Amino acid sequence: MTSRQLVLSVVIAAIVMFVLPVFFDVLNLTTYAAYALLALSLGFVWGYGGILCFGQTAFYGLGAYVYAMTAINLGEAWGGFFLAILIPAIFAAILGAMMFYGRLSDVYLAVVTLVVTLLLFRFMNTTAGPEYVIGEARMGGYNGIPGFPTLHTPGNPDANIYDEELYYFTFIILFVCYLLTRWLLGSPFGRVLVGLRENEQRIELLGYDVRARKTAAFAFGGGLAGLAGCLYANAAEIVTPELFSLGLAAEAIIWVIVGGTGTLIGPMIGAAVLGHLKFVLGLQSIKQVFGKENPLEATLVFGMILVLFVLFLPRGVVPSIQGWFGRSLVGRFKSGSGMRRRTRSERARNGA
Amino acid sequence: MARDGVVEARGVGVRFGGVSALESVDFTLADNELRCLIGPNGAGKSTFFKCLTGMLRPTEGDIRIRGIDCVGAHPHQIAGLGVGIKTQVPSVMNGLSVRENIWIAARRLNTTRSANRIVSETLERIGIADSAGDLVGNLAHGRRQLVEFGTVLAGNPWLILLDEPAAGLTADEAERAVAVIREMNERAAIIVVEHDMHFIRQLANTVTVLHRGRILTEGYVDTVLRDPVVRDVYLGKSQ
Ligand SMILES: Nc1ncnc2c1ncn2[C@@H]1O[C@H](COP(=O)(O)OP(=O)(O)OP(=O)(O)O)[C@@H](O)[C@H]1O
Ligand SMILES: [Mg+2]
Repeated sequence: MTSRQLVLSVVIAAIVMFVLPVFFDVLNLTTYAAYALLALSLGFVWGYGGILCFGQTAFYGLGAYVYAMTAINLGEAWGGFFLAILIPAIFAAILGAMMFYGRLSDVYLAVVTLVVTLLLFRFMNTTAGPEYVIGEARMGGYNGIPGFPTLHTPGNPDANIYDEELYYFTFIILFVCYLLTRWLLGSPFGRVLVGLRENEQRIELLGYDVRARKTAAFAFGGGLAGLAGCLYANAAEIVTPELFSLGLAAEAIIWVIVGGTGTLIGPMIGAAVLGHLKFVLGLQSIKQVFGKENPLEATLVFGMILVLFVLFLPRGVVPSIQGWFGRSLVGRFKSGSGMRRRTRSERARNGA
Repeated sequence: MARDGVVEARGVGVRFGGVSALESVDFTLADNELRCLIGPNGAGKSTFFKCLTGMLRPTEGDIRIRGIDCVGAHPHQIAGLGVGIKTQVPSVMNGLSVRENIWIAARRLNTTRSANRIVSETLERIGIADSAGDLVGNLAHGRRQLVEFGTVLAGNPWLILLDEPAAGLTADEAERAVAVIREMNERAAIIVVEHDMHFIRQLANTVTVLHRGRILTEGYVDTVLRDPVVRDVYLGKSQ
């Protein structure tokens, strides 16, 4: 990313950040930004690393729980904030190492990650009893953990960051993570990672240790997802086992497919738009239109959206738009660059 | 064990279930040697090749590359020694440009700056500088083969293993490939698995003939190709 592209993306992000609250509720926007970060992590792991992870929400939920329990024990937020990145990243590294060093094929990998998520779902649901306690934090079973300290100005646990401030904070974190991921993809590590997605055997025959690299990429994605979970927890002010549910795991995949794999911006937009759609569908007034006994199910709508996209726009929204606009505009702005003198079409392909 | 070769294989055997694809193969490659490995379809050439590259673990025997025991090593460890490998099925990164393919190969042992330089040099050497920005997946088969050559070259290997480098090349491209392989041979020992007799004549002086998983004979190319036994098992079938 050149400095011009950097300045440009900062300007665009700032405009978006300040315009959105004019039209939408800031608490909703904070939630969508957390979703977008989760989608970014999956978009990276899947779209660039070629790792088909059906259970990215395992790290998301873990981040939320780690944050909540640490915050309760410490009585302040920042220790939990960093642990919510670190612990899911370590968990992803361990899980990833077992899968990649064990040479698990793609399909099994998808299944294993999903099963891990669902196991966490089952487990968290069974932690209602008083014996499930870490320090002062009870895990709370299906009721989850409410009432933990939320983010605050560093050093002053009473100066809470909430409402608009929390929205700006979350949005900025999301943007920084986006830049960080872009930078990583433009670095030699990222270029090899993309090569690996294209042809694992070739990368191996060039002397790169594929297993170690995939593990590292998976851990990075796990850390991002954990941070997303922490931000979500601060917006919702409660964490529940629902974070590990099949529904959310599926939604995250749908966000990425709809937004477009192979881009970073696509999954983020997909998450925000579908997150808002889910909110709108959940509104009581809309349910009443369809009658109370037959509420319009978000799951059903999402399923239909997925089917329509797979049939008519399989590459997702952002890559398709890039295609329609002759690649030049979008591609020029959003390119990662590890190499000198790359042609325009090259940049567009690595785009957004 | 004597260390008189770049590659030393002793008693290498591979069995797939009950089928024996390779039996007690002894093979030595000297420094800077260019050796062709020939034989009819199913002779076990690729199987032996895969044992050398770590893609297949031999059922028995011993393989050393510059004295290092390579049985059970992973392909990336073998490649990491400085071995350049091209498989029979072209293996390139189709979704990336020619330049990116070669850059990834060059970057492993070099800084980004010298990798960029190596890429330009390599593109010139194999004569595909004009398609540097093209997606490899969009190139014709012959050019993709050249890109794979490029990735091998860019790693600056001292041992190069090529499985059927001329397969699917036009006469012109094959000629270019011969020139490239000759040039590579100035700095590296090379094993070429090949089918195409014309290509082999242009290339090698010593050939090893595999037949039914065993070494049939080994020697100077013209002598071997005149050998009636070789003509029988090999030329008789394919020409
Ligand atoms: N993975 C495998 N499982 C079972 N049998 C195999 C396997 N790979 C190779 N073989 C068998 O081993 C024998 C040698 O195959 P190999 O690929 O080494 O032949 P080759 O000399 O490279 O032939 P070609 O010229 O067609 O490439 C063949 O009979 C083949 O069917
Ligand atoms: Mg073969």
